[in-house]
Amino acid sequence: MPTLAEPSLLEEISEKFPAGSITAQENSDQPTWVVKREVLVDLAKDLRDRRDTRFDLLLDIAGVDYPEREESEGGRFDVVYHLYSVARNDRLRLKVPVAEADALLPSLIPVWKGANWFEREVYDMFGVKFSGHPNLSRILCHEAFQGHPLRKDYDPARRWILTEADIYKPHFDLPDGEDDLFERMAINIGPSHPAMHGTFRLMAVLDGEAIIASDIEIGYLHRCFEKMAETHNWQQIIPYTDRLNYCSAFINNVAYCKTVEKLLGIEAPPRAVWARTILTEFSRIMDHCVCNGTTLVDAGALTNFWYMYQPREEIYGLIESCCGARLTVSYGRIGGIAQDLPDDFVARSRKLLDYIPKFIDDTEALINKNRIWIDRSVGVAAISGEEAINWGWTGPCLRASGVGLDLRRAAPYDLYDTVDFEVPTLTGGDVYDRFRIRMMEIRESIKIIRQLLDRGMPEGPFIIQDPHIALPPKDACYNQMEAMIYHFKLIMDGIQVPAGEVYSAVEGANGEFGFYAISDGSSKPYRLKCRPPCFPIFSTFSRLINGGSVSDAIVSLGGLNVVAGELER
Amino acid sequence: MKMKMPASEQLDIPNKVTPYKMGLAEKLYLPLIAGLFVTMRHFVKNLLNPKGMPTISYPEERREYSHRYRGHHILTTRPDGSVRCVACFLCAANCPAECINIEAGEHPDVNIEKYPVVYEIDMLRCVFCGFCVDACPEEAIIMSNNYDMAYFNRDQSIVGKADLMKPYTFDEKRLGYRPYYPEEDAQHNKMRRDAFDLVAMAKAKAEPDPAKLPLGSSPRRDGVAPAPP
Repeated sequence: MPTLAEPSLLEEISEKFPAGSITAQENSDQPTWVVKREVLVDLAKDLRDRRDTRFDLLLDIAGVDYPEREESEGGRFDVVYHLYSVARNDRLRLKVPVAEADALLPSLIPVWKGANWFEREVYDMFGVKFSGHPNLSRILCHEAFQGHPLRKDYDPARRWILTEADIYKPHFDLPDGEDDLFERMAINIGPSHPAMHGTFRLMAVLDGEAIIASDIEIGYLHRCFEKMAETHNWQQIIPYTDRLNYCSAFINNVAYCKTVEKLLGIEAPPRAVWARTILTEFSRIMDHCVCNGTTLVDAGALTNFWYMYQPREEIYGLIESCCGARLTVSYGRIGGIAQDLPDDFVARSRKLLDYIPKFIDDTEALINKNRIWIDRSVGVAAISGEEAINWGWTGPCLRASGVGLDLRRAAPYDLYDTVDFEVPTLTGGDVYDRFRIRMMEIRESIKIIRQLLDRGMPEGPFIIQDPHIALPPKDACYNQMEAMIYHFKLIMDGIQVPAGEVYSAVEGANGEFGFYAISDGSSKPYRLKCRPPCFPIFSTFSRLINGGSVSDAIVSLGGLNVVAGELER
Repeated sequence: MKMKMPASEQLDIPNKVTPYKMGLAEKLYLPLIAGLFVTMRHFVKNLLNPKGMPTISYPEERREYSHRYRGHHILTTRPDGSVRCVACFLCAANCPAECINIEAGEHPDVNIEKYPVVYEIDMLRCVFCGFCVDACPEEAIIMSNNYDMAYFNRDQSIVGKADLMKPYTFDEKRLGYRPYYPEEDAQHNKMRRDAFDLVAMAKAKAEPDPAKLPLGSSPRRDGVAPAPP
């Protein structure tokens, strides 16, 4: 099977298109093609359907602004598509340059449905329009917001007065010929409603009890993390990443630090990698506990909420003893971790591993074969693996639909290629199976942690010993002139990251959590795009709840594990 | 990407769903009895051993936090009770939330170049990441275990030098995030001990008058420039 690294495949594909419309970009971390917009849709279809490419998953669409770039070089914006082939475990990046005067691209929704919200985001942030998009409106910013915040000439200190006059107008995909709302009822849930975890607004059109069309408004927690990242040093962004998926903040730290480490071409020392792997798995357990606990609360089963939150509380205790904070940990550092692990780390972890399964067992005894819960959840919001991939799903929700895609197995990072664990899959693709798959994954995480603890903590430093990247130890800083200078330089100037672009992803608690970083060689990122796993998952929500009742919609929202901090960044 | 997935492990992608099927026992609601046993077990256990319950009676009882806890900041002092900070602005430069405001002044002692005339932290902006502690080259700012911070208005949330040097600073048990020293290095330990001793000595020497340091006020707000340290 030819791989994308071989130029023959590119030649073969580009034969169909006018000459010069697809060119390969050299010196990139993964195969990158620069594509003219005229051929984009045909190329995308081709890449999706060819047996030797099969790029069935659209991971992310990112805009990049180059205000200085001339029109002859492609124009001001790049729109970057990240593709992934689930079947072949391969990646491809497509770059489509567009000029500011004519910032229009064809929409890729006919090829990948998951493109819908990503295209709206690029429109919102950069003002690039997409022809053929059914609802090209702002998604993260308020309707009254003016300008496009991620353009380089947008001043981050600008403030706008947002009024109710410019409220988002819902877009309902009503069945053909039924566009009047006569005898229909439109209901609104949220944004401040306990069933809408975080702040989402659901507007649904009901026919009797069944939802026939719905629309979601998001963006209430939007703070433009990506713009803030452009105004801060590389290492200062770490506390911001805590607030993405705040249920498992440490995974965000790791994902971000690994991205920058990839750009720098360094690797964290073994001790840090060991600690990262263990704490990542603990964070995953916490995230699954929160998700499953709150899903059951939505279904009216409050007892499990307490059972599921108890292990989470104790894991927070462990994490707090490592880094001094429970929720927003800021424990990762570029090149390692912030502080060495405490002395009692292994003992405490072992105690926790014996403690957690009791609560998981109790919850499963209450729930798994309980017909009340089965009636509420089996077959609710079901989606097949093929369709889920077309919508851009990853993570536990996709595995509940029968696709065993897990980055820890497909592209092992840290210590995952040295431990023995299963990637559980189920076939239902509904709320019930999404619940069960998380329970299974908690058990697998416990297995991983136990193996790593048995192996013992590796000796050596907990952060890379390079004064250009990591702060020197405090005593050296107090007593040695050289270390003091490095200390000052690193804080005042930041880490000098070589120019380049990189996409790096880890298996987050609800899917592939990646960062696409572009550096221009300075101490601040030129562009940092976060690939949030729940963004494409939540964009499917209208499709999932169609035909069900409102109470089904509430239960399915919990099972998707949508975290507002990560969804809206 | 260390390892590619072997070809034999290629994922199959189902295009339909096969939902869970209930067995006879489930259809008859029988497993609910097992569930009742679980809740009864918890009920009896908690009834017989109320101390073992996972909930705590906050605020009378509190969770134990480690000595790395990142709470309210502390400005440490020299033996004479003056502030150790030399107004180098590293903490302000490293702060991701941009919540530290420093105004530097000339120190009367020629050996110490500068001192902060104003040192303010906006506690509502602060994200308690500990980056200021990491940045400080003088061990002049550390963090405490104190997480009880409530203010009546936004002005009060901007705490000044006086509040940051307040008495709870002197309780070593309530100290939180500090520069990290490996235990085996005796010199580091000594330095840390010194830092605390200095604080304790400062307390013995100059017990601050609580009346002069009203809680939640900041020196800048009342318009009076503080006396040189």
